Amino acid sequence: MTVAIDRATGKRRGEPGQRPGRLDRLRHAYQKYWYAYAMIAPVAVVLGGLVLYPLVRGLYLTLTDANSLNSARTIGVNHIDATYKFIGLDNYADILWGDTAYDRFWSHFIWTIVWTVCCVALHYCIGLGLALLLNQKLRGRTFYRLILVLPWAVPTFVTVFGWRFMLADGGIINSMLDAVHLPTPLWLEDTFWQRFAAIMVNTWCGVPFMMVSLLGGLQSIDSTLYEAADMDGASPWQKFWYVTLPGLRSVSSTVVLLGVIWTFNQFAVIFLLFGTTAPDAQILVTWAYYLGFGQQPRDFAQSAAYGMLLLAILVVFTSFYRRWLNRNEQQLAN
Amino acid sequence: MSAMTVEKPEPTGPTDPPGTPAPPRPAGRGGRPGRTAALASHGVLTVASLIALFPIAWLFFLSLGPDKDDYLHPGRIWDKMTFDNYSFVLQHTNFFDWMRSSLIVSLGTTVIGVLVAATTGYAVSRMRFPGYRKFMWVLLVTQMFPIAVLIVPMYQILSDLQLIDNYLGLILVYCSTAVPYCAWLLKGYFDTIPFEIDEAGRVDGLTPFGTFARLILPLAKPGLAVAAFYSFITAFGEVAFASTFMLSDTKYTFAVGLQSFVSEHDAQRNLMAATAVLVAIPVSAFFYLVQKNLVAGLTAGGTKG
Repeated sequence: MTVAIDRATGKRRGEPGQRPGRLDRLRHAYQKYWYAYAMIAPVAVVLGGLVLYPLVRGLYLTLTDANSLNSARTIGVNHIDATYKFIGLDNYADILWGDTAYDRFWSHFIWTIVWTVCCVALHYCIGLGLALLLNQKLRGRTFYRLILVLPWAVPTFVTVFGWRFMLADGGIINSMLDAVHLPTPLWLEDTFWQRFAAIMVNTWCGVPFMMVSLLGGLQSIDSTLYEAADMDGASPWQKFWYVTLPGLRSVSSTVVLLGVIWTFNQFAVIFLLFGTTAPDAQILVTWAYYLGFGQQPRDFAQSAAYGMLLLAILVVFTSFYRRWLNRNEQQLAN
Repeated sequence: MSAMTVEKPEPTGPTDPPGTPAPPRPAGRGGRPGRTAALASHGVLTVASLIALFPIAWLFFLSLGPDKDDYLHPGRIWDKMTFDNYSFVLQHTNFFDWMRSSLIVSLGTTVIGVLVAATTGYAVSRMRFPGYRKFMWVLLVTQMFPIAVLIVPMYQILSDLQLIDNYLGLILVYCSTAVPYCAWLLKGYFDTIPFEIDEAGRVDGLTPFGTFARLILPLAKPGLAVAAFYSFITAFGEVAFASTFMLSDTKYTFAVGLQSFVSEHDAQRNLMAATAVLVAIPVSAFFYLVQKNLVAGLTAGGTKG
């Protein structure tokens, strides 16, 4: 009867006695677990309808040559049926090693990796530095904290426009650079500077989350560890390396994972900064969006195929990352 | 991944190479830094604060300039500062329509997300059932769906159902991410509520549903608030789906409405800045009220799943 198996009393698996028949087992499982299944049913239904069904449909689309010209659509009172046809894995083959695959996929792929690595590294390092500074007994640190959280508090779609005004040719940044006789790059037009600006803006947006999370982690480190280190005459650097960083392990691994996923999927910053004007600065997510909705005719099949590839990359990365974490954990325990 | 090499565990060897550069800052918790260190800290923090503040302050400053090209000549704004942009935005644009759309969509997502996710968060926090691990994995993977995976099929499905340019359609789309996220956040919160409370309820003859509804739910109000707030802020700030699925300009959310100030023909940047400020003030005020709980909630579920 008791379904709620609390962790305090441990598991309640292995039933005593001989194995009952299959029907019995099913009935038993039903009696034992129906509460649990009833409780997860709402989410299961929603996920089935809103995620699984679109996913399957999207998967099917990637195997066709669907675009906005041959999909079902209604113009005025006329309804036109879909005429796209099944073409197997051609979309994937075309994306990965078709004629201009480098320009269409691999260049964006490399840029996406660079973008993710740079942004997450900057987020983490700057966030950690600021968290360490804020973790001291300083006058006015609450005040600093409130201001430093601001880029996270204001919605991204607002702040990106602020940056666009600043980065525009003739905007404040170039005026200031000009005033001190530095070169004034075309932030929003030249490919290299577009990428530079994108990373800069995204770093600005993402640091507060890292900072606040890591600050929470720092404050939960047992202060007796530092006292012990002091007793042993550890230098501040050693304390940082052997007490602080290991103490931040669990927070770090979570925020880095979240950071990678969020940055890899970051849509708003690049889309709002450049619109569809900068094909070379698009990461895979915004490029897939461009293929599906930013051009005419809209190429639904390819866009969906990009989506599937992106998802595959993320799933593979996440499982490797978690496995790597687990292995490290075990090494540490030994 | 240079960010991650930092946290690789080193064998606890005794020595640092001699001549290691001086540590950046005293790492002791709450340690009181020396005088120079304190000055340096203040210096760095002040610069960082200025960088954090400047783009937003600049946006506010530009919103006071009456002409649409004032952002190129900020010096001229001092002489003609005015709140005209604000009154124009409030009186002659679709500002209030956008506000209505944003609120309908975000609140709808929030309510559905939290209601649907609450029992599930409790179930995965307290019960172990066949399929538990797979279910958790699905919850995790759903959270990292790039928008590109769902946007095309969603577009087709919603057009079949005639839900394009419809609040309900957008709410449904947002629920696909909000629901698993809420379930995940709430699991983290329920995990912090002692299991003894459940046991006490069971001893007193409550069913698991009774325990959940009468004992745990009242205790979990802060967790529910965080989940609600997170769904709200995510739905409010979402750009891709809203830009694609909302077609008529009275149904735009703020994220789309702001973009509409700059078109190929005309760029009313002064109005755009004013609108941006009007949107930013209430949202960030709200954010400051709850941000402390938000961080704890977001990082709790993470790797312990």
